[in-house]
Amino acid sequence: MSARHRRRLVALAIAVGIATAGCGGAHSIVNPKGSEADRVAGVWWLMFGLAAAVYVVVAGCILYAATRGRRRRGPSRLHDNWFIWIGGVIVPFLILVVLAVVTVDATSALRTSSPGAVRIDVVGKLWWWEVRYPGHGVVTANEIHIPRGTPINVHLTSDNVIHSFWVPQLAGKMDTIPGQPNNLQFTADKVGRYAGRCAEFCGLQHAHMGFDVIVETPADYGRWLARRERVPLEPASEEAASGQLVFQREACAGCHTIGGTDAQGTVGPDLTDVGSRRLLGAGAIENTPQNMRAWIRDAGAIKPGVQMPSFQSLPDRDVAALAAYLESLK
Amino acid sequence: MAVTEQPTPEVAEELEERWEDAPGIPGFFNTVDHKRIGMRYIYTAFLFFFASGALALVMRVQLAQPNAGVLSPETYNEFFTMHGTAMIFLFNTPVLAGFGNYLIPLMLGSRDMAFPRLNAFSYWIFLLSGLFLLSSFVVGHPPNGGWFAYTPLTSKPYSSGINIDFWGLGVIFVGISTTVGAVNFIVSIFKLRAPGMTLNRMPIFVWSMLVFSFMVIFAVPSITVAAALLELDRLFGTAFYSVGGGGSVLLYQHLFWFWGHPEVYILFIPATGMVSMIIPVFSRHRLAGYVWVATALVTVAFISFGVWVHHMFATGIPALALSFFSAASLIITLPSGVQFFAWIATMWKGVVHFSTAMLFALGFLLIFLLGGITGVMVAVLPFDWQVTDSYFVVAHFHYVLNGAVVFPIFGALYYWLPKMTGRMLDERLGKISFWTMFIGFNVAFFPMHILGFLGMPRRIYTYDSGLGWDTLNLLISVASFVFAAGTLLTLYNFVRSRFRGARAPADPWHADSLEWTTTSPPPEYNFAAIPIVNGRHPLWDDPPSSVEVADGQPSTRALGIVGALEKDMPVTEGLDARPQDVLGIPEPTYLPFIAAVGIALLFVGLLVEAAIIGVVGVLIGMAAVVHWLWRTSENLR
Amino acid sequence: MSSPAIRIEPVPRTRGYPTAWWGMVVLITTEAMVFISLLASYFFVRAGASKWPPPGIPLPELHRSVVFTVVLLGSSIPIFWMEYALVRGHMRQVAVSLAIAFLMGLAFLGNTVYDYLNQEFGLRENAYASLFWVILGLHAIHVLVGLLMSATVQVKVWTGRVTPEHHVTPEVFALYWHFVDGVWVFVFATLFLSPHLR
Repeated sequence: MSARHRRRLVALAIAVGIATAGCGGAHSIVNPKGSEADRVAGVWWLMFGLAAAVYVVVAGCILYAATRGRRRRGPSRLHDNWFIWIGGVIVPFLILVVLAVVTVDATSALRTSSPGAVRIDVVGKLWWWEVRYPGHGVVTANEIHIPRGTPINVHLTSDNVIHSFWVPQLAGKMDTIPGQPNNLQFTADKVGRYAGRCAEFCGLQHAHMGFDVIVETPADYGRWLARRERVPLEPASEEAASGQLVFQREACAGCHTIGGTDAQGTVGPDLTDVGSRRLLGAGAIENTPQNMRAWIRDAGAIKPGVQMPSFQSLPDRDVAALAAYLESLK
Repeated sequence: MAVTEQPTPEVAEELEERWEDAPGIPGFFNTVDHKRIGMRYIYTAFLFFFASGALALVMRVQLAQPNAGVLSPETYNEFFTMHGTAMIFLFNTPVLAGFGNYLIPLMLGSRDMAFPRLNAFSYWIFLLSGLFLLSSFVVGHPPNGGWFAYTPLTSKPYSSGINIDFWGLGVIFVGISTTVGAVNFIVSIFKLRAPGMTLNRMPIFVWSMLVFSFMVIFAVPSITVAAALLELDRLFGTAFYSVGGGGSVLLYQHLFWFWGHPEVYILFIPATGMVSMIIPVFSRHRLAGYVWVATALVTVAFISFGVWVHHMFATGIPALALSFFSAASLIITLPSGVQFFAWIATMWKGVVHFSTAMLFALGFLLIFLLGGITGVMVAVLPFDWQVTDSYFVVAHFHYVLNGAVVFPIFGALYYWLPKMTGRMLDERLGKISFWTMFIGFNVAFFPMHILGFLGMPRRIYTYDSGLGWDTLNLLISVASFVFAAGTLLTLYNFVRSRFRGARAPADPWHADSLEWTTTSPPPEYNFAAIPIVNGRHPLWDDPPSSVEVADGQPSTRALGIVGALEKDMPVTEGLDARPQDVLGIPEPTYLPFIAAVGIALLFVGLLVEAAIIGVVGVLIGMAAVVHWLWRTSENLR
Repeated sequence: MSSPAIRIEPVPRTRGYPTAWWGMVVLITTEAMVFISLLASYFFVRAGASKWPPPGIPLPELHRSVVFTVVLLGSSIPIFWMEYALVRGHMRQVAVSLAIAFLMGLAFLGNTVYDYLNQEFGLRENAYASLFWVILGLHAIHVLVGLLMSATVQVKVWTGRVTPEHHVTPEVFALYWHFVDGVWVFVFATLFLSPHLR
């Protein structure tokens, strides 16, 4: 399967003349890692073949027709209706029938729900994602761990504006709509980390509303879930312990939750395992100790419009301790 | 009585005197001449075209590099919202209405539109609504909710400023102009055709404007309601889209797209109408499959009202319902295919002359072919789930709305401007402009398809490096400036032609339709004597050897020079356009302008929530309209 | 080369309708679409509601509203009479019938205003209330515009500006008035009758 796709990929790259574009890139919908995205990629390659043929033939007709008279051919004896029936009606109709069959077939396959699916609740926030694992009491943000080879049912809601949940390599989009919960089902085939994004314009920081889907082997996934259920995660060092005090003193807890502690705020993302995340601010910057400090100092400078207030007046020592504490939560 | 007579110099002078607008500023504000209004429509629309094009260029500078800081996220959001809004509402729709205003009476063989004052009114509304929308930049609060302004993002809790109010009110405001314009087109086309111009002899451009108008009549109310309910929610606290109050956010999307999808065809159909005029003339062959093409236009119009949900494929609507809309979206391809092969057959059987206008038509064919193909692709549900709201869709709709609408419009400029201004445009400069635009367009928009595949969503103000997007975005940004340079070359060509262009003869292209029978530019009265139509291609077909007209009827009398001297238009009846009645052409009047100002005050009052301004506006508007009703045809004689 | 002579045969003026009348036909088509959009919105929101009208809002009353529905629809009868009198040239009858229709329309509008002033729920309460009052209000505005048109036409009739030969304005007004009446059938059925069906 993947070898075939790679060959097709090469064909596409040549066809569009942009080999450097790298259609196998991290987000590419033609580099699928899940059965749903794979199905759509298959539909795409069929359509691509048809489209290329249609474009070449019709563009050829246009160019031939436009230059025919100049080459002093005699008057054509072809009847007008001949062109219109063949080119405008019959051939397009046959292609459309093929596409209609493919559409219905793929749609019903993609929208059939499997009974044994793992349910994960995802809530679109301004501008980040809340992730909940019902039945496990596990809450996290902007990173979704899922087991490989198991159908996942993402239950999508929003309590603010409309967002759209999109992991190009795993499945198509589904909107999160206030007042109308939606479901998206997909199965990941390959272990790895896949980038997702909000695809529906949702205001100031629509550009920074990313998330990662982390596909693990069922065993790894089980271990991850078990570890996340065992909270709290104790501060690893002395600096981290003093950071925890800063966290409580500075009213961080008013907005953020850290599982197993007194911090139970629900305005901002749950930070129980923030140290393990790849990115900060839903994709605004990479999660490094330095960036963590910068983020705490003035998140608005990194992600303008973010609801997190700035803490410019906080002494460097406290910021460093706080960052150390948060980075230790993994 | 002969009606094909030409005026003697003395009569021509008398006609001139009888029809002339007042010079200077009064004439500017009180004219009801469809040609002046049509030109104004085109000029104003192009002003908005270059303004919103400039917004796009600044956005492309921001996107040329990852994590660039040229535009703040807020400004970026305002720019793309206003780019889309202005292009759709203030350029594409009105520029087509402008061509329609100018050309339709000439193509029909009439002396003006059916309601000349209403025509002036619709222009003033267009201008004032455009200024209303653009004034948001002056006060520093341009709309920022995207051109389709989805609620709840645009509801008061998430957009508390007046930014969105500019959009909501502005859209209702400009809709008035589009609607009354459409009423005028429909009645003019049905009642003002020259004798002998049966429906199946109408030029395809007239057909396309007829379809355009009917679509406007049926589609625009839907966005008016969508925006009105949004503004009621925002200004008066109603609960239409409020989830907490039992309202529905998807209701907005249904109302918006019930207009939004037909709108694509509202723009596209007249553009194809232009192409159907240009291709036969420069192929030296009548349009192949005239009846097919006319039928295709009507069919597209019908089907386009059944496809709106394909903009909502990812909203969680049940798959069965989606499949219906998916199928309808596939089927709508067929009428376009018919048109395509009618054009191919026309060229095939003729001898193509590569004028600038024809190059733009050919460019349109190659671009629209791709835009149409990707249109079929996004109709395929599972594929749409992947590419909707990505740059693939941005590429698709620019191929359709920029490539397949703007290219014909530029072709139309090269084709019809000589008629309008009396000056020829430079062909060499035109061809350079075409190639610059064509190459710039394709290099700018084709790579967007690939960006969509690489997962780049639309409407993001910046992106990180390392996603494989950098090179393509830079390429797109550079090419967008090439495209812009091409459009500026045409602007330069136009300005140059006004001063140094060769004088345009009455029929520089050996064309077939009636507008080429009169001088370039046409006299105020268009035709001293109304031409009698004997076939589908009046200037190509054999002219009638003689015309007999029953005397003694006011309607036939108005066909001749006497009618022009008395400022009368003959009104015709039935499918074969037999003379029936006479319509007096109103004298210049300020009423349309005053009524439009009254309506503008109403919208300003709503915007700033000052009841007094709104009330004054309503009173001014009402006074003007009552005065207007008072001076109908009964009192004109 | 020569084709036969074309003979242009006019049709009588009285056949067909004037351009202004056709203009009004198109205009009310688009107005009808406004009402269709709003009524469709009503049913769309209703389809998503568990209880209709929502708790705390009484069902619309059907006594007074039926009476005034009859009044409004009945006002089309004098308008038909007016159109009939117009072609016969009976200008006195034209004036009288216009006045009767005007009073009937005024009575209907008065009832709507009375309803609004004695409302049991305001338009901000919930989506039901918003839909109810906005649709009702939009129709009332149409009645008001119709009355203003009627007033203009009546002044024209009294001052002799409408003659048996030239009577475009009353004809166009009549068409508009029939539309305002006709659309009320759908508005009434939706806002007042449909909540009683469940």
